Amino acid sequence: MGYLAKFRLWRGDHGTGSLVDYEVEVNEGEVVLDVLHRIQATQANDLAIRWNCKAGKCGSCSAEVNGRPRLMCLTRMNTFEEDEVVTVTPLRAFPVIRDLVTDVSYNYAKAREVPAFQPPEGLQPGEYRMAQEDVQRSQEFRKCIECFLCQNTCHAIRDHEENKRAFAGPRVLMRVAELDMHPLDTLDRKRMAQDDLGLGYCNITKCCTEVCPEHIHITDNALIPLKERVADQKYDPIRWLGSKIRVRSKSE
Amino acid sequence: MSDMERYAFDVVVIGAGGAGLRAAIAAREAGKSVAILSKSLFGKAHTVMAEGGIAASMANVNPNDGWKVHFCDTMRGGKFLNQYRMAELHAREAPDRVWELESWGALFDRTKDGKISQRNFGGHEYPRLAHVGDRTGLEMIRTLQQRIVALQQEDKRIHGDYEARVRVFAECSATDLFTTGEGDEQRVSGVLAYWRPSGTFVLFSAKAVVIATGGIGKSFKVTSNSWEYTGDGHALAMLAGGSLVNMEFVQFHPTGMVWPPSVKGILVTESVRGDGGVLTNSEGRRFMFDYIPDVFRDKYATTEEEADRWYTDPDNNKRPPELLPRDEVARAINTEVKAGRGSPHGGVFLDVSKRLPAETIKAKLPSMWHQFKELADVDITLEPMEVGPTCHYVMGGVEVDPDSQAVVGVRGLFCAGEAAGGLHGSNRLGGNSLSDLLVFGRRAGDAAAEYVAGTPEGTLDEAQVQRAIDTALEPFSRATGENPYEIQSELQQVMNDYVGIIRTKHEMEQALKLIDDLKLRARELSVVGGREYNPGWHLALDLPKQLLVSEAIARSALTREESRGGHTRDDYPAMEPEWRKVNLICRIDGDGVDVVSQPLPLMPAELAALFDGKELSKYLTEDELSALGKEKA
Ligand SMILES: Cc1cc2nc3c(=O)[nH]c(=O)nc-3n(C[C@H](O)[C@H](O)[C@H](O)COP(=O)(O)OP(=O)(O)OC[C@H]3O[C@@H](n4cnc5c(N)ncnc54)[C@H](O)[C@@H]3O)c2cc1C
Ligand code: SF4
Ligand code: SF4
Ligand code: FES
Repeated sequence: MGYLAKFRLWRGDHGTGSLVDYEVEVNEGEVVLDVLHRIQATQANDLAIRWNCKAGKCGSCSAEVNGRPRLMCLTRMNTFEEDEVVTVTPLRAFPVIRDLVTDVSYNYAKAREVPAFQPPEGLQPGEYRMAQEDVQRSQEFRKCIECFLCQNTCHAIRDHEENKRAFAGPRVLMRVAELDMHPLDTLDRKRMAQDDLGLGYCNITKCCTEVCPEHIHITDNALIPLKERVADQKYDPIRWLGSKIRVRSKSE
Repeated sequence: MSDMERYAFDVVVIGAGGAGLRAAIAAREAGKSVAILSKSLFGKAHTVMAEGGIAASMANVNPNDGWKVHFCDTMRGGKFLNQYRMAELHAREAPDRVWELESWGALFDRTKDGKISQRNFGGHEYPRLAHVGDRTGLEMIRTLQQRIVALQQEDKRIHGDYEARVRVFAECSATDLFTTGEGDEQRVSGVLAYWRPSGTFVLFSAKAVVIATGGIGKSFKVTSNSWEYTGDGHALAMLAGGSLVNMEFVQFHPTGMVWPPSVKGILVTESVRGDGGVLTNSEGRRFMFDYIPDVFRDKYATTEEEADRWYTDPDNNKRPPELLPRDEVARAINTEVKAGRGSPHGGVFLDVSKRLPAETIKAKLPSMWHQFKELADVDITLEPMEVGPTCHYVMGGVEVDPDSQAVVGVRGLFCAGEAAGGLHGSNRLGGNSLSDLLVFGRRAGDAAAEYVAGTPEGTLDEAQVQRAIDTALEPFSRATGENPYEIQSELQQVMNDYVGIIRTKHEMEQALKLIDDLKLRARELSVVGGREYNPGWHLALDLPKQLLVSEAIARSALTREESRGGHTRDDYPAMEPEWRKVNLICRIDGDGVDVVSQPLPLMPAELAALFDGKELSKYLTEDELSALGKEKA
């Protein structure tokens, strides 16, 4: 039932490293993460990988498998030929710490720039009333497991380290859209999305959507509507004024 | 250590799951400076994996619900071994804690009138679990994470620095807990940790420490738990002079995946049954009807017709036996498989495909649908799942004061969440963990802040710190020695085979002997590579704690000569009222663990009055009944 597979893993730290070959047993039903764990337990005790849930729920095990950004725990071995070399490399858009582990602190830093949910003043906990249809849109975005595969894939970051300062990436802009569509949020973050988080860098290529393991329609449901709302607001002097003096001003 | 980083905080919270984050929020809101430590990245703690929901008697779906009903269900589920005061506080405060999440931005699924929707779950009398599809834990941890960020934004506005009062140390694992002073003056003074990415040590001086490190499931081979669950907090508390309670009670969730082998143990949420899924054996029989225990006979349906009517008319019908507490269902599955009526891969069938339309399944159980599709090539809208028991949760934990979560025996130390013991008694109901984290996380954070206010600065003993660092680095100095992965995997096999779902004296004695051998071998651990992000080394540091906690489980299990909840003895199959009065307490004794019995406080008459005498008489002794003024039925 099992067979010997050929793996090629990126090993190294910071600047230096190389691809190292391993031959390892693979059994029925296994995923790439299982195989890496076997290499770790038997051939390379210090192989650095991140994981937690092994079921696509925590977003820890992101890496590039044969060049494609994937969750290793959801990449099944039966999607490869038995004689195919499986190459696993760290996410390309983030600095390597060691082996397959990268420094993803950029994503947390950018997320912290998005002002938090702000409920209407005086609304007491327990008194919140929202219809399912109204929460559904934001709920889709809250499925995000913060695997940062979309951030890693978006060409505006992947090939342009220099853009990271100005562009927060799809995950973070989707958070803005999520709050913007929250039926009870009272803050306006649209100008900030444009001016501070770099919404303009997104040219809606949908690459982020394609790699999202949660199948969130990041581009169609979050980024494009957010762009439309920003555009609407720009040409609506009354709304614009409203946002300046911080009263509720959602383009619904 | 010249390259060691040093910090001072009022409160150090070890753990960034629901309990740790809620404690940190409380301590920060009380004006204290707080460090939050976690082994993984921020937002990846176990809490993120919780699926089914948060139990809170908001009565949004059934107006008959209330804290008293929730309290009774919790006690019943725990077979009355629960710390009654914790069960009371938990039931009373859970609704406020859930509503609070909404005011921080959580978006739960809604009822028709716009309130938080609530679903049915095993052992809960009414639909009680607030949920978001089957990804409730994700919603909860994200909300708490975002609340921390909101507080940091406030600090940035006021102090110009996001991290002025709350700082998250992600991928920073605690190895040692320090105390200062002697005897009655002894109290917590700090924590030693190391950055996983760099291997650099970090020393925190702190007046108060909150342990919120979660569970111990990684000691078992088949488990729904991740690498993080090595019982670090349990061990740290014991080593600092605290004690563990009820460690023999380990929850085996009835429905883990059984195939393919690499995903064996991964959880299949109980909502599958709550929403209509049924369990069948290889003969197609809904076997749970054969396993309704006497104590629950008048609460569960005895025919398929009545059970099926309950989904639409719960007020006039009894609930299906698939929704019995977890220990009952897990044992039943175990028995069916042993009797040769299992599914092809050694489980039983769990089927929703014939019960609900495909669209409803995908809407209500989206992540289960994905999980089976992606990991097992099974479309749960068309065919049944195969499921079997998996180690899921530990009811036992650090012994705490029920109101403040202060660790018994160690001043300045607090503990909340899965790491703490008492609330769930011998068996936890689904959904009662997420609410536990919120209720007691907050209480621990508040109590820690209050304690800090009245406590002078402690001192850290540098020699003690140096010794801890030397011990941590020892495995690097051995060119040859034991492989930590090898020892961990042997431990998992031992615990699974000998201290698993069904236990006997002889096997547990065997387990203790084997654990002793492993402990000896673990003194000779050797790791390869350097200090930067080296999982082999990380495991070498976790392993001694894991062995210690496994010993506590095995020793307590050997001591308790009865079957109750998550502890089933083949050689003592009955539940004994005399044993209900006993808590087993584990403390450090030399290199090992010592178990002593301690009386469990009996609930006061007001709470006892919520149950009828007939029910109580199934659990309590005659003396206890008469003390409460109840008749033996
Ligand atoms: C698959 C699954 C589904 C579940 N579903 C439900 C459900 O529907 N409802 C329910 O109520 N319960 C559910 N549970 C149980 C519940 O999720 C857990 O009991 C709960 O999340 C534990 O929370 P916690 O805050 O105590 O610990 P965790 O969320 O596990 O957090 C522990 C934290 O401690 C940190 N830590 C541990 N050791 C150290 C150390 N040495 N140094 C630094 N940090 C450390 C970890 O990194 C982590 O951040 C489920 C559990 C699982 C596994
Ligand atoms: S749609 Fe926008 S955010 Fe997504 S990958 Fe393309 S450019 Fe990047
Ligand atoms: S949006 Fe999708 S791809 Fe991006 S971080 Fe979230 S889950 Fe990952
Ligand atoms: S391990 Fe959690 S997503 Fe892969």
